[in-house]
Amino acid sequence: MGIGSDMYRQQILDHYKNPRNYGELDDPTFSHVGENPSCGDTIKMDVALADDGETIERVVFSGDGCAISQASASMLTSKLQGTTLAELEAMDRDDVVDMLGVDISPMRIKCAVLAEKVVQDGAKIYEGELDVETTKTEE
Amino acid sequence: MGTQEPYPIDVEAIREDFPILDRKIGGDATTPGEGPTDDAPLVYLDNAATSHTPEPVVEAIADYYRGYNSNVHRGIHQLSQEASVAYEEAHDRVAEFIGADGREEILFTANTTASVNLVAYAWGLDALGPGDSVVLTEMEHHASLVTWQQIAKKTGAEVRYARVDDDGTLDMDHAADLIDDTTEMVSVVHVSNTLGAINPVRRLADLAHDHGARIFVDGAQSVPTRPVDVTDLDADFLAFSGHKMCGPTGIGVLYGKEHLLAEMDPFLYGGEMIRRVTYEESTWEDLPWKFEAGTPPIEQGIALATAVDYLDDVGMENVRAHEDLLAEYAYDQLTAFDDVTVYGPPGDDRGGLVAFNLDGVHAHDLSSILNERGVAVRAGDHCTQPLHDKLGIAASARASFYIYNTVEEIDALVDAVDAARQLFA
Ligand SMILES: Cc1ncc(COP(=O)(O)O)c(C=O)c1O
Repeated sequence: MGIGSDMYRQQILDHYKNPRNYGELDDPTFSHVGENPSCGDTIKMDVALADDGETIERVVFSGDGCAISQASASMLTSKLQGTTLAELEAMDRDDVVDMLGVDISPMRIKCAVLAEKVVQDGAKIYEGELDVETTKTEE
Repeated sequence: MGTQEPYPIDVEAIREDFPILDRKIGGDATTPGEGPTDDAPLVYLDNAATSHTPEPVVEAIADYYRGYNSNVHRGIHQLSQEASVAYEEAHDRVAEFIGADGREEILFTANTTASVNLVAYAWGLDALGPGDSVVLTEMEHHASLVTWQQIAKKTGAEVRYARVDDDGTLDMDHAADLIDDTTEMVSVVHVSNTLGAINPVRRLADLAHDHGARIFVDGAQSVPTRPVDVTDLDADFLAFSGHKMCGPTGIGVLYGKEHLLAEMDPFLYGGEMIRRVTYEESTWEDLPWKFEAGTPPIEQGIALATAVDYLDDVGMENVRAHEDLLAEYAYDQLTAFDDVTVYGPPGDDRGGLVAFNLDGVHAHDLSSILNERGVAVRAGDHCTQPLHDKLGIAASARASFYIYNTVEEIDALVDAVDAARQLFA
């Protein structure tokens, strides 16, 4: 076996080393944080909606943790620009795994889905459908 | 048992008793067992979490279910008698293994965690109150740390933590300051499962006893890896788990000095632990059964005795010597890299485990990459979150060794770490 890796393909490593949309918004429509208590991964997502109150105009993330959680956040922010809240809410873990393009081992799924869960929970809180301080992912 | 250069034991012969070591890794982890895409030889370095099970122990389990499976202490039919005798004698065997006086001092529990909880509830709820203190160390496993923390909350007692020095060892002066006449319990991990530090339990026991306190020793990492004698340690209580010492899961041991156990009320109530019951009152069985309510872990207890036989055959002095050799080798190999941080005391002064981090690579990523090369280590906080906070890290990777591990396996670990380094460069 060479240095090649199943879970750590170039794309994941690239997004980890050069995260896209990393930072914070001055005036987000909503913002939410989450963590994997067992790994110490943390993610904050800031979302600005367009005037229609439905389209994601800009989404950025900040935080730190393992390559899977951070690359997933980076890729997700790229994918979500210009989509609607309804499209965001329709996403599930399979969409995240497809987006990452690698097999995620069962124990690492919670790292992969953290960013998605954080932004989805953020949207639900914004719409008054959920009430939590911090999103936590478990198996 | 013979030896094999450079080892104090015959590792090759030992490995033959552990067929799982021939497994390959690398495929689908959602279905148990080796699959067609598994291709990397297993390098199992997660023994501090759970050790593997040698054939004689697997056979003892199968023999029990095939030959004399039955509930204990209940039937006067032959199967029940055979099971009862074997289960009771397993207590004697474990007592002998740790230098206890007899079965009265050996309680079978579910695991180390259950053993701590038994003492915390059955002894602690009675003995602790406002104005009392429980002294722990900053390197306690959650099993004891969380348990004493919560029992202290219930009873109004204070918890004190003896410091861990920068070199990863216990600050004994601080411990001596903290242990005073308010102290009712000193609870200390014998070998730290994160730092590998070996704590001076006998000196702590003397300190505790000088102040009229009890000492509870968390032997989860020490009993599997070195000779442990409760009389030499003067331990009031000692806890350990079968699954870390060639035995099955589902069984732990609590040793307690007989007079202490005799004074304590039962922890769990129910069948098997009673002598006489009326609608109003109950009286308790003799030790140790008073503390073993309900159907106990019968097969696990019997198999634990077989595991103890197996380890005694290897010789616990030899087990320790082998662990020392591997710990020192791993420590030297890993500390040779500037971008690797190893936690805890030097290689020649630690138990057989090494927790470390590689700069710029999260421990979970490191562990995943190692796994893709067949190398099994633990990554996370190893149930010592406060200690990780103190070290200023969220997680670490930990390689831990046992009697079947070799220096070549540590070389495979170091190679895999290098692969991760290059991948993330
Ligand atoms: C030092 C120490 N104490 C306690 C435990 C808990 O053991 P168990 O999970 O078998 O209860 C462990 C291992 O997990 C340990 O390493």
